[in-house]
Amino acid sequence: MSSFPTSAPSLSFMMRLQRFPRAVAAITVLVLLGGGALLIHSDSQVKVLGMLAAFLLVFALADRSAAGREIAAICGDYSRFSNALAMIAAVAIAIIFSGEHYTLLMLSTVALFATACIGLNIQLAFAGIVNFAGAAFFVIGSYTAGVLTSFPGLPTIAILAIGGLVTGALGLVLLLPVLRTRGHYAALVTMAFGLLLRTFLEVNDTLGGPQGMKIKGFSIFGIDFSRTNSIGPWDVSFYFPYAILSIVLFALAFTFASRLESSWIGVALDAVRSDETAASVFGLSIVRWKAVAFLLGNAIIGVAGAVYGMMNGFVTPNGAGLGESLLLLSIVVLGGLGNMWGAIVAAGIIIVLPEKLQAIQEYRLLIFAMLVLCILLFRPLGILPRPIRDFSRISDGREEGL
Amino acid sequence: MDLGILAQQVFNGVMLGVIYAMIAVGFSLFFGVLDVIKFSHGDVVTVGAFSSLGAVGIAGGLVALPPLLALGAGIAAAVAIGGLVGSLIGRFLILPLRQAPAVNLLLATLMAGTVLREAIRLGVPNGGNPKPFPALLPAGSIRIGSFSVGYDSIIILCAGLALVLATHLLISRSRMGLAIRAVAQDGEVARLAGVDFQRVVLGTFALGSALAAFAGCMLGLYYREINFNMGVLLGVIGFASAVVGGLGSLLGPIIGGFLFAGVQTLVVVVLPFSSAYKDVIAFAAVIVLIGLFPTGLIAERQSERV
Repeated sequence: MSSFPTSAPSLSFMMRLQRFPRAVAAITVLVLLGGGALLIHSDSQVKVLGMLAAFLLVFALADRSAAGREIAAICGDYSRFSNALAMIAAVAIAIIFSGEHYTLLMLSTVALFATACIGLNIQLAFAGIVNFAGAAFFVIGSYTAGVLTSFPGLPTIAILAIGGLVTGALGLVLLLPVLRTRGHYAALVTMAFGLLLRTFLEVNDTLGGPQGMKIKGFSIFGIDFSRTNSIGPWDVSFYFPYAILSIVLFALAFTFASRLESSWIGVALDAVRSDETAASVFGLSIVRWKAVAFLLGNAIIGVAGAVYGMMNGFVTPNGAGLGESLLLLSIVVLGGLGNMWGAIVAAGIIIVLPEKLQAIQEYRLLIFAMLVLCILLFRPLGILPRPIRDFSRISDGREEGL
Repeated sequence: MDLGILAQQVFNGVMLGVIYAMIAVGFSLFFGVLDVIKFSHGDVVTVGAFSSLGAVGIAGGLVALPPLLALGAGIAAAVAIGGLVGSLIGRFLILPLRQAPAVNLLLATLMAGTVLREAIRLGVPNGGNPKPFPALLPAGSIRIGSFSVGYDSIIILCAGLALVLATHLLISRSRMGLAIRAVAQDGEVARLAGVDFQRVVLGTFALGSALAAFAGCMLGLYYREINFNMGVLLGVIGFASAVVGGLGSLLGPIIGGFLFAGVQTLVVVVLPFSSAYKDVIAFAAVIVLIGLFPTGLIAERQSERV
């Protein structure tokens, strides 16, 4: 085999990688996030295309080479460290661009959509429930915020919680049909709900009709987020507090979902998804776990929707359309079912690129649809596939007894 | 309530029911042969409407055709292009992806629908705006008291009913229908018995899509206006009708189509002041019906093998 000698240096390279795992993880996270921030911030289309090409190149290298896979594995092993670092880096990026309205708006939008996609991931990737009404639940969160902010005296942090609760509660309406049906039939139920909700909001005047309604901004500790233009001596964009809030929200949802995934609940959900009959033989209640996943997912989507509505200051029924739900679902599938880092990468690509490439503005839906089609045909597991539960990596550390 | 207006509404409802049924039959056919839902079906309706409009326009530009010949050209173009688009989607999207998870396929066909829709919007001159559809059927109308119905509407209705009946006969009586039913029951055994699987599948896609394209043509003739995004709602309504009626049989989607149109019409008749809510109530009815009959009114005959 002629390839035998050439693999030796890469082996030693990998051993060197393993000696400083935290440094490797830190560099990877910082490079990725820095690249994402540059993509969001850059204003020339040539630069955006260059960044995209660079991303594809790096990604292909990481996907195909042994060293790339090793780096990915190291990041996976030190996930707590990488995740904490990524969160700090994201906040740092928000601080660096604290004066730029547009960059911060993009950043918060990506974070909030990715948060909603975590909710969808819990439903689709963990429990196997297809939800074609993601945008409808998102908009329910925004409308709840809109109605509740008109009552003065209600703390906005409570409004977020209520937004989640209301969205979850409205999901209850669909619970029975969703639980009784499977596959295509379940898809129809959620799709019909989305169309129903959108039409309802359009013809119903109490919630503003087709024009939608205004939403007052988020405020906490006496700071009104939508009127903030300076923090201490620094001038900041009023999107800055929202960017921080969105990042924190995403981090919370991320932590919650990954805790859920690695707990026994996650194992139960995986079992229910992969084989209902086998799972019920082992005494797992299909109904209970599907209900938990569906309601939890909707609640997370609702909270993200509430913050999004407060940030934009208004909400319209258009946001509840089938196209928007498809956008959310595409982010989930593109990013890789069940992979929450994938969700943020895909959200970045799908939300930021069309905004940046004004030349393709007219064709963006067409290109977007074709991109999703290509991914589905040629890389059906998504950009970053969900890693298989690997208990061997747990046992080579402290818990030898496993 | 005036009896004439009531009759008018009922006629409208039946018309809508025929159109919905024609779209829903396609869903049921595709589900039968491949167990897939092809969501680009609604946009094939739009493709049909626009290709007949294009054919009528081009033919009318070259030679001054009498309306009936122009209509023939329009329908031929709609059926041909609709069927072609349907079988192309079947060949290059659905057959390669049929082993993938159901969500992936749903998403892929929804995206294919988006591609069709956007291609129409960007490719047709001024495609983003509603387009007037020429009146090609004989004018004039029958009047009975306050009930009046145009000859064109009657012709469209009869054509639709005839086509649905013809499809039913094709499936239940012809050799091709036998092959389709064989593939629907068990693809592998059908293959062993010498059925050309791929040809039957693609033929089914062409048949269902041609029906949908014809429905698009009918919609254009009936409403005199077509729009690039009219397929979205029609696709969901067709799917809903097929599912509520039951995907397993051919009768199910027809019942479902008339049921959906019936609920919409009923809302308009009973609650004339809130007729804007007709879609809200119709979709709510769909959700309730699915909750009560999880596999449709005519349930699929299947038992779960463990």
